[in-house]
Amino acid sequence: MTEMTLVQAVNDALRTALQSDDRVILLGEDIGKNGGVFRATEGLQARFGEQRVVDTPLAEAGIIGTSVGLAAGGMKPIPEIQFMGFIYPGFEQIVSHVARLRMRSRSRFTAPMVIRVPYGGRIRAPELHSESTETFFAHTPGLTVVTPSNPYDAKGLLLSAVQSDDPVIFLEPMHIYRSFRQSVPEEPYIVPIGSAQIVKPGRDVTVITWGAMVRDVLDATAKVEATRGIEVEVIDLRTLAPWDEETVFASVNKTGRAVIVHEAVLNLGLGAELAARISEECVLQLEAPVTRVGGLNVPVPLFQLEDLHAPTHARIQRGIDKVLDF
Amino acid sequence: MHDESPHFADAVITTQTGVDTAKETQSLGPFDIPATIEKPEDVQDELLIEIYRQMALLREFDRRSVRLQRAGRIGTYPPLEGQEACQVASTLALRKADYVVPTYRDYGAMMVHGMPMEHILMYWNGRPEGAVIPQDVHVFPLAVPIATQLPHAAGLAWAAKLQGRDEVSLAFFGDGASSEGDFHEAMNFAAVFKLPVVFFCQNNQYAISVPLSRQTATETIAEKAAAYGVTGVRIPGWDAVAVYRAVRDAVVRASRGEGPTLIEALTYRYGPHTTSDDPTKYRPLSEAESWRERDPVETLRQDLNRYRLWDDAKEAELQEWIHETIQAALAKMESLGPVNPLELFDHVYAKLPSHLERAKAEFLTELSHEQTKGDAQ
Repeated sequence: MTEMTLVQAVNDALRTALQSDDRVILLGEDIGKNGGVFRATEGLQARFGEQRVVDTPLAEAGIIGTSVGLAAGGMKPIPEIQFMGFIYPGFEQIVSHVARLRMRSRSRFTAPMVIRVPYGGRIRAPELHSESTETFFAHTPGLTVVTPSNPYDAKGLLLSAVQSDDPVIFLEPMHIYRSFRQSVPEEPYIVPIGSAQIVKPGRDVTVITWGAMVRDVLDATAKVEATRGIEVEVIDLRTLAPWDEETVFASVNKTGRAVIVHEAVLNLGLGAELAARISEECVLQLEAPVTRVGGLNVPVPLFQLEDLHAPTHARIQRGIDKVLDF
Repeated sequence: MHDESPHFADAVITTQTGVDTAKETQSLGPFDIPATIEKPEDVQDELLIEIYRQMALLREFDRRSVRLQRAGRIGTYPPLEGQEACQVASTLALRKADYVVPTYRDYGAMMVHGMPMEHILMYWNGRPEGAVIPQDVHVFPLAVPIATQLPHAAGLAWAAKLQGRDEVSLAFFGDGASSEGDFHEAMNFAAVFKLPVVFFCQNNQYAISVPLSRQTATETIAEKAAAYGVTGVRIPGWDAVAVYRAVRDAVVRASRGEGPTLIEALTYRYGPHTTSDDPTKYRPLSEAESWRERDPVETLRQDLNRYRLWDDAKEAELQEWIHETIQAALAKMESLGPVNPLELFDHVYAKLPSHLERAKAEFLTELSHEQTKGDAQ
């Protein structure tokens, strides 16, 4: 066991993947000598060479598009997109080809790859460096969308993603890249894709969240619990598509109240889908309408106001109060 | 354009048919590989005949497919008549392990490289079976969004290079695709990493209705190669031998590790963009007629006659084989029953996720209810 930050755990998983599978190739902008703008690939090119950790031209469609050919040709590409706000030149490749190659060729060709994308805000970054547009990808059949909320899961989920026969969008919450350390096993291990985790059990309200918001929700709920004398169950969804309905429904059936918290703007965020499904499946157990707390329905602002754009602790608490006081 | 190319020749072309096309082709040249005048010494007789046979088959297949669409027996279809030399002679320059990376109009190249004809018909008939590419056939699924296949070709070539396999990717695209970002990114990646790719542009003068002059301010598409540090070659796309030579040489270069080549083949689609399009709205009929004067299939047939490799008896035999081949493919398509609706859920993920398992079960129940309702009515 080593104490690691989330970004170190990502680096450790990439090193493990490169070491254990000759087909693995990392490609992206500034990932080689520079080790990535967040240092997620630090030291990997020196260790595995320029053929396997490749600085590419500055071209996201080229990175994703060549990854389709690389994967179909028997490699296991792990492309890095520098920030989520810059993924859009590669978006067509993702939705029209990465997600569909298996279906379009009746499995003759597949595009298993792990597209790593730092996402989310609250790191005082410039404009368009703080996006949370996971809905675009979760909306697209054929894709798997994963996001860890801690170093242990980062390594285990990333190694799962590398083993997956399907393409995975691997969202790395920048806000918590370095905010805390956790014991991470040195040896390879797997955190299964498609399984949510109850990070804190409770009997009165279920709060479902993911990524950097998990820590915010834990902090915010601790205060509500103390003042109201209730117990909140917090679920880290971990896989956003396809998400773990079983764990979510079981929890909501137990507590009768559900709040979904995400950094993405509220309108058509993943919370809308979760709320709809919970309403369909848990209606007889629900004590209150499902509530969503999300980013404000405006573009992510310049950083002076970004903390107010994302769900604040106060908004998270109000969401919990709302389902309790219904 | 690489003036030092040994193939460089000027524009004045006199075809073997005796028709002086210099006037019409003046604006088309210059070419790095001229249209064929003499019997080629570097292309075997058997290969010339095979190129012709496949081109003649493709022409008839194409005409038949348009009629099938008109009769409602297949869906919307993008005809390629006029582009046969580009698709057949290029692909016959490949080795079996090389990849064809096509667009929706390149089913000719796909078939030449081993895609069964009936699958092409099934695809345009909206059937999932049409998407099946046999395991040993190195053809990538045809791309519908413009230019998006070009980075795939670069990636396939990259994978081959990294794994030490001598496989070249032949990527097809049109003049319109040269305006897309993916064209630029693919050319650039292929050049930077010296990938074994051949980018083959069928410049058929129009992207649906928009003429080349609205795609680019350059004289040619081939000259764009210079911006990437890539060899650019411009050829008469109606001349099968020129097409064959250009791709053959580019494949040799790619295979030797000398990187990608951009080939611009001048050609013309006589027909509409698809069966839903009306080309009389955007170009004069006389234009297609003038292109028919250097028709690729007719030109090659007359050349073969001149070389004493072909005669009327052989032509009659060929036409019979073509007819039977197409009939057999059509019969295979039409012998299929209705598509199994449950195929909707296949091949979306490696393993069906639980939410789709439930959706599939619900869908099945709904289907059987509708079936029961239908039976009762």
